[in-house]
Amino acid sequence: MVNYPIPLVPCTGMTLTRPARRDPMALGLAVLNRLAGVRALDRLNLRKPVERGVYQATRTGFRTVGAVNRTFTAARQQAAPARLPAAGKPALFDLTPTDEQRMIQQAAGEFAAEQLRPAAGAADTECQPPAGLLARATAELGVSVIGIPAELDGAGAERSAVTNVLVAEALAHGDLGLAVALLAPAAVSTALVLWGDGNQQATYLPPFTADEPIGAALAVLEPQPLFDPFALATEATSAAGGYRLTGTKALVPGAATAELFVVAARLPDGGSALFLVESGSPGLTVEAEPAMGLRPAALGRLVLDHVTVPAGALLARGEQYADCIRLSRLAWSALATGTAQAVLDYVIPYVNGRQAFGEPISNRQSVAFSVADIGIELEGLRLTTYRAAARAEQGRSFAREAALARTLAAEYGMQIGSAGVQLLGGHGYVKEHPVERWYRDLRAAGLMEGAVLV
Amino acid sequence: MTGINLEVPRKFRPLIKQAHDVAEQVLRANSRKYDLAEHEYPTELDMLAALVDGLNDGGSGGAGASGVRRSHGGDEGNRNGSNLSTVLSILEVAWGDVALVLSMPRQGLGNAAIASVATDDQLRRFAGKWAAMAITEPGCGSDSAAIRTTAVRDGDCYVLNGEKIYVTAGQRADAVVVWATLDRAKGRAAIKSFVVEKGTPGMVVERVERKLGIRASDTATIRFTDCRVPAENLLGNPDIDADRGFTGAMQTFDNTRPLVAAMALGVARAALDETRTLLARAGVEIDYDRPALVQPAAAATFLQLEADWEAAYLTTLEAAWLADNNRPNSLQASMAKAKAGRSATNITLRCVQLAGATGYAERELLEKWARDAKILDIFEGTQQIQQLIVARRLLGKTSAELK
Repeated sequence: MVNYPIPLVPCTGMTLTRPARRDPMALGLAVLNRLAGVRALDRLNLRKPVERGVYQATRTGFRTVGAVNRTFTAARQQAAPARLPAAGKPALFDLTPTDEQRMIQQAAGEFAAEQLRPAAGAADTECQPPAGLLARATAELGVSVIGIPAELDGAGAERSAVTNVLVAEALAHGDLGLAVALLAPAAVSTALVLWGDGNQQATYLPPFTADEPIGAALAVLEPQPLFDPFALATEATSAAGGYRLTGTKALVPGAATAELFVVAARLPDGGSALFLVESGSPGLTVEAEPAMGLRPAALGRLVLDHVTVPAGALLARGEQYADCIRLSRLAWSALATGTAQAVLDYVIPYVNGRQAFGEPISNRQSVAFSVADIGIELEGLRLTTYRAAARAEQGRSFAREAALARTLAAEYGMQIGSAGVQLLGGHGYVKEHPVERWYRDLRAAGLMEGAVLV
Repeated sequence: MTGINLEVPRKFRPLIKQAHDVAEQVLRANSRKYDLAEHEYPTELDMLAALVDGLNDGGSGGAGASGVRRSHGGDEGNRNGSNLSTVLSILEVAWGDVALVLSMPRQGLGNAAIASVATDDQLRRFAGKWAAMAITEPGCGSDSAAIRTTAVRDGDCYVLNGEKIYVTAGQRADAVVVWATLDRAKGRAAIKSFVVEKGTPGMVVERVERKLGIRASDTATIRFTDCRVPAENLLGNPDIDADRGFTGAMQTFDNTRPLVAAMALGVARAALDETRTLLARAGVEIDYDRPALVQPAAAATFLQLEADWEAAYLTTLEAAWLADNNRPNSLQASMAKAKAGRSATNITLRCVQLAGATGYAERELLEKWARDAKILDIFEGTQQIQQLIVARRLLGKTSAELK
């Protein structure tokens, strides 16, 4: 039984020390409101869920040092970094995935339907993915290894941002939050493949190709409003033999269990850069940060208080850092595409089956046009994301295209999430249907930075 | 080398470059002139039309409206053909001036209709003719099944009676593709299209409209009174087939809607290009990396407009690409038209606002593009008709269920 600090005194003549500047009337109303709220809990038989909510907040409301990480040592001498070669430039406009992409897409789609969608509701409540899901995804899909070159024990032959987009899209059709949980470690391995030097790759990549997957996260976002990844508040100051990192990273997936972070911080010259930070580093703490959505991704806040890293921890800066931001936004656009498609696929049978005024509500233009607009904006979002990803893997400039995909994901991802709930009406607002979760999850695509990468 | 790729193929680049040069040197140069002189014949276009004919005969695919004819070769893998090249070149010329594009001899939507459904024999007979499209009537717009113009078989002719309005290039074109019903009692299936050549007795252009925009393009009202048209001018199948009847006419739209979407994209890009320059002059540069919300409101607005443009552009290319590959594209064609039509209107109107007085005054062309753009969300199927088509397709509904 949870004790609520309810002042059991009459409303009149009551004195409270805080807040100091309220007038008596406002004070009385505030207390009434509090009492009424508590009574409503009993009347609506809500006490149990609230207790569970408090328990959750306690369990996930921790503040702890980072997970104790394994000892990362260079498994072998590696002088030169291994990179995946750029994809070729096809001569023709083509929207057909390769046979290999179609296979991966199908496997990811089946995994999403069978393992993500059914587990999503509970994971949303629990604020963590179901036990063993990551391992199953690694075993069945190899989400990490397809982006790691063969000479580093991966399965990748060439850079394929498009394949990554297709996988993210397919997984997010199952559940966006779980897709983020699954793809978060791959963001770190992809960053290492793209920008790591020989020593960084030899030290940090081997655990990503092991059977038992390693927890890792790309931490870019910060809590301040109007966050700009090119004007970071987290600072990297010069220290003896390396850097000292201080700042706060927000909404980091799997933060409590990650053993390795890639952290974005501002260099002494004002530029932005990525640093490899091991979770056991002194001065690094993790706080739970449950949010509106993406809850299965076990979001956490990463607090860096004078965390010292060696000079060799600097992973990327300049144009490479900018590419990281762009590729991450593309991943979010791909995730939004997948979940928006899930909304469309869900509302169609619903509006066709739901009767009002003696006929299916989809016989009405206002309902039907809302469905049409979901379809139209989804198509634009998908194609814009594909174009940006294709340009990225072909080695072309893609800043413009990634920005436009991001803009569409932010605007229409949100709109589609909202339309999904609206089309189901009251049914859309309750957890009996997944659309309320998609509404919450889709809002993330417009504000998240980092966390996932294609 | 295969794989997902949404770039313009290299082989179309010379065509696009030519189209762009024409747009810049000829169309843009005459843009304001014929906006002010509504109903005056833009003689500069005659020379241009010959050039476009030349582009069409070139090896790399079509440039004009007739490029929408679907070839029926075997399956040779991915194809980038004349539907795609036509969409791309129309986009470029519409960037110059969409009203003048609509007045371009031999590039009418009627030509696209002929190219879409004509037999090889008809294609030969109407080669070189500039054909307008006449569907709308005073009592029917989007509801083309309510067409009242009648066609009655009499010997080796059909006799046409009725009135058509809003016929783009109806006064200047060499011929008009007229939609008429063989039997009003039989609904859509009885609607057929007929090529009526200019000068046919009984066909009279009654007036031309004064309009919000696309003033360089004449919009005519044409009356048909006992107008006798050779039976072989009926496009497609003359039988009233309840199952297929309307599809012939509708198939035209699958091919022409991406073209109109391309026109909308051209006008919208003209406005975006101009606005980008004006904003830069005012000290506002668009930054694709920094979040829109930390940039000036004008830059954030611009990003949103450009994103809508990109979505419309790629959806349009998709619709054309599907047509090139002989795959069904009704859904994508309507999606493209809907997205391009509404985006172009929004983009051009907002660009006027971003540029303020400069955008609103007739010294620059922004205000004209905002007026021109609106028609592109209306003709070849309004925004609402496109939504209806998309909705029916997605929901699996008939036109009787979702009206």
